[in-house]
Amino acid sequence: MNLHAVRAIYAFEMARTARTLMQSIISPMVSTSLYFIVFGSAIGSRMPTVGGVSYGAFIVPGLIMLSILTQSISNASFAIYFPKYTGTIYELLSAPVSAFEVVLSYVGAAATKSVVLGLIILATSAIFVPLHVEHPIWMAGFLFLTATTFSLVGFIIGILATGFENLQVVPLLIVTPLTFLGGSFYSIGMLPPFWQKVALFNPVVYLISGFRWSFYGFADVGVGASVAVAFGFLITSLAIVGWIFKTGYRLKA
Amino acid sequence: MQAILQISNVSKVYASGFQALKSVNLDIQKGEVFALLGPNGAGKTTLISIICGIAKASTGTVTVDGHDNVRDYRASRSLIGLVPQELTTDAFESVWATVTFSRGLFNKAPDPTHIENVLRGLSLWDKRHNRILTLSGGMKRRVLIAKALAHEPRLLFLDEPTAGVDVDLRRDMWQLVRELRASGVTVILTTHYIDEAEEMADRIGVMRRGEIILVKDKVDLMRDFGKKQLSLQLQRPLRRIPPELLGYSLDLSADGSELMYTYDAQDERISIVGFLKHLGDLGIDFRDLRTTESSLEDIFVSLVKEKS
Repeated sequence: MNLHAVRAIYAFEMARTARTLMQSIISPMVSTSLYFIVFGSAIGSRMPTVGGVSYGAFIVPGLIMLSILTQSISNASFAIYFPKYTGTIYELLSAPVSAFEVVLSYVGAAATKSVVLGLIILATSAIFVPLHVEHPIWMAGFLFLTATTFSLVGFIIGILATGFENLQVVPLLIVTPLTFLGGSFYSIGMLPPFWQKVALFNPVVYLISGFRWSFYGFADVGVGASVAVAFGFLITSLAIVGWIFKTGYRLKA
Repeated sequence: MQAILQISNVSKVYASGFQALKSVNLDIQKGEVFALLGPNGAGKTTLISIICGIAKASTGTVTVDGHDNVRDYRASRSLIGLVPQELTTDAFESVWATVTFSRGLFNKAPDPTHIENVLRGLSLWDKRHNRILTLSGGMKRRVLIAKALAHEPRLLFLDEPTAGVDVDLRRDMWQLVRELRASGVTVILTTHYIDEAEEMADRIGVMRRGEIILVKDKVDLMRDFGKKQLSLQLQRPLRRIPPELLGYSLDLSADGSELMYTYDAQDERISIVGFLKHLGDLGIDFRDLRTTESSLEDIFVSLVKEKS
């Protein structure tokens, strides 16, 4: 195993985050705070509790998930697309690095950033609402699993992308709507019966539901289903990445 | 001498159907400087990309110091350094950070002393904290070389290393190649500056339309393909070449004042003294003479034309 390479790529990516602190950390933190002010304090104060939890506290897991999903994809897709765009990927392709090591370092760095961001949002939300985490180990597990899986998704997007616009299409036009409609700001139990059934086709519902269960002990769907969906995403993403490296699709001429 | 690089029947057909390489065979000896010449589109960069693992060969095998570059890619790639043709560098990293990154990528433990030596050798030490985007084109080229040398490769590819750089940097690069060669590094160089190959290479390979049309020791190439030319400034201009001299390969300048005799210096049957005596017999006097020898560039141009 080329550990020096894994360490070099990981450190390189983390250094990039440090250089772009405003974009990577501060910006998502500010937008999350705005969500709390608008939904948590202004609107939430007029809403009843959900499952015995104040509305402000109820939306915390959904907000964290929203940031984790979009930032994991953005971080990982940009990390691999930028060397392709500038041409510096020649060095990665000509180095004695395996596909596993490339994925481990790039996805590891993107997932680390997302987990750190998730924890910062969690700490920020504690300023606005009273928080408690009923199953902290499960919470950490869901956080890690989701960040890793969606960093893999971002990595795939970065390899397939043919322009900077492509990098934004999936996070903005697919992930964000699915997250908003996936129960970030409401329990799907609040929907009419027909839309409850439709919502079950949205995979993000399972991720948010599982994550919320780790906080408050109640969920829209069973925890087992949430774990299964999370692992399903992970395995599918790994299979696609494996195929890309095996064929060299969009990587090697 | 032992081969450090063996290329056997390597061909490349792109998805578009374009055949970039046609069954290329080539052995590169340890410690030599090999110049790979060829017009644009000859397949030089494609061949280098396949050797380095950037592109996949359609057929054939490449071994680097006995290691197959597909099956045993870790061992083969760790021996190779590549300076690409394009100035592809990170923009926002410092020189030190990007060179250190390259060393790690090739599975080498951090070695600040080695990085310092490389940067000093390339006159980059004073710029080590500068972000790459602030550097000139020539300096960026040096950074690419530093990155390629960071992991102490045994086989270095320089793909058009002096394209667009000033004379000083060209001279520095030539010196660097000599030093690398002295330290036992094998260098494969592609260039459009034929004088560069003439200056540095031990052997020359010429590519054309995806094929290697010639590989020869530089001295042998110059000897075998080189021509000499004797130019005579005539006392009295000639209107045409006398029929008695048609057996010689002669050209007459437009104003008839200069007679050029092109001959093969290796041909023992040719006697310059005999030719000059022949002129004297015909009453053709000259006031001055000079000889010139074909450059590698002349040989290259004639080879590429000859095969087309």
